Amino acid sequence: MQKLTNRAVQIDRSPMTLSERSYLSSIAKGLGITLGHIFKKKATTSYPEEKRPFSPVFRGLHILNRDENGAERCTACGLCALACPAEAITMEAAERKPGEEKLYREEKYAAKYEINMLRCIFCGYCEEACPKDAIYLTETVMPSNYTRESFIYKKDDLLIPNPKKQDSK
Amino acid sequence: MSEQPKFKVTIDNISIEVPAGTTILNAARMIGGEVTPPAMCYYSKLKDSGGKCRTCLVEVSKGSEKDPRPMPKLMASCRTTVMDGMEVKNITSEKVVDARKGIVEFLLLNHPLDCPVCDQAGECDLQNLSYEHGAEATRYEFKRRTFEKEDIGPYISLHMTRCIMCFRCVFTADQLTDKREHGILERGDHAQISTMLNKSLDHDFIGNVIDVCPVGALTDKTFRFKNRVWFTKPVDAHRDCPTCSGKVRLWMRGEEVFRVTARKDQWGEVEEFICNECRFHKKETKDWVIEGPSVIARSSVIAQGHYVGNVGMKSSPALIDKVIGKQPKYTLDIHKVSDVNRPEIHLSEIEGPAHSDDFNKK
Repeated sequence: MQKLTNRAVQIDRSPMTLSERSYLSSIAKGLGITLGHIFKKKATTSYPEEKRPFSPVFRGLHILNRDENGAERCTACGLCALACPAEAITMEAAERKPGEEKLYREEKYAAKYEINMLRCIFCGYCEEACPKDAIYLTETVMPSNYTRESFIYKKDDLLIPNPKKQDSK
Repeated sequence: MSEQPKFKVTIDNISIEVPAGTTILNAARMIGGEVTPPAMCYYSKLKDSGGKCRTCLVEVSKGSEKDPRPMPKLMASCRTTVMDGMEVKNITSEKVVDARKGIVEFLLLNHPLDCPVCDQAGECDLQNLSYEHGAEATRYEFKRRTFEKEDIGPYISLHMTRCIMCFRCVFTADQLTDKREHGILERGDHAQISTMLNKSLDHDFIGNVIDVCPVGALTDKTFRFKNRVWFTKPVDAHRDCPTCSGKVRLWMRGEEVFRVTARKDQWGEVEEFICNECRFHKKETKDWVIEGPSVIARSSVIAQGHYVGNVGMKSSPALIDKVIGKQPKYTLDIHKVSDVNRPEIHLSEIEGPAHSDDFNKK
């Protein structure tokens, strides 16, 4: 029969010698590997005291951005929800009223904005789709919780604090 | 009357015989497909429309059988009638492709590109045109023209900054209604669609200006900011209307009718004009006899999420029933937590756009 590859190795099927049958050398070899691991670098980190460095393209928890004046950048255009493969993002838009110019950057804004973190797969398509630089994925790892309800992130959870308000305090 | 003579015209190496007096654009539409030049201002249902936007420019490489000289400049195909033996180049001509790119850049000179805010996004002719034919950047360095916002009544909102001066709405008002209240004021760069002294547009058929507008300059105020076009599902429906044909397209989400428009054909033109009563006041499912989902081109963003063969929620729980012997237990009812799509807030029933107090009231 023609060989498919030339990587086949012929196995030695001769009976084992006395030293081989006692398994002493094999046990010593195995213990040697185990002992060797003591001197190797640990593969785990003691989270949360110690944190692994993230790659610069790590995609974690979402934030909704504000502009330099502290107004919300999101205009509820729906492109993040359209791009989302997990259909995790939902929103409802409203029109800005006179007097709300400092709160919202554009004449239309997201009155409700929600990300279902149970559905989110952290692909970052929402960040890529956003034409207004409003949504970003941060380097924060998504915190765990005991209830499913706590994974529905609303606009208050996502929006970054207003820098203008902090200055005045 | 003698039989109308037939002219043979060749567009992009495809020959067709059309009656004399047909424009090149209409002849190309008879062939269909890629050879059809795009049109922003021409509207086959409106008399005298066309000749303004120049997106339908084509190269006539052979004038006719009797006079085979090519036409010296690119011709607006919506205004040029065919001659016997005429040869036209559309996408096969480099000149046309280049000119069209320039035209798109011109149309976008003063266009604000506020598509994320605009309600027309997703069904906008200018968006499609620039996506297909335009360059990715503009070379215009000056301030774009802006206009003061004008209120033209409770049903139609006018964003003059988005207008590309196609005159379609003016022709619609002229030809569909007996009294036109809006038109073009000023000229050149200052030209604007306006009503004389802040009149509101109120005529039974004036709502059709929303449908004919190729951009988001005229939009439905009752749908303003309610939802994005691609999240609503278009459904063909009809009703017994005393003033119009009553054949419309409903844009629905769940059981709610968000918007009513006229049905559009493959060229993005209205099939039958509808009246304001149908368009603005019949926003409940019980007002309409639903015929079925509308046919939407697969390439359109509106077709997203339209899963074929999955209409009407087939009873999948029955299948699970057989496997585990009981109904599945939901560990989370999303409506208990979620603030979006609250059952007590019916966005489609709010007149005009929603505001902060519409959401905050308990």
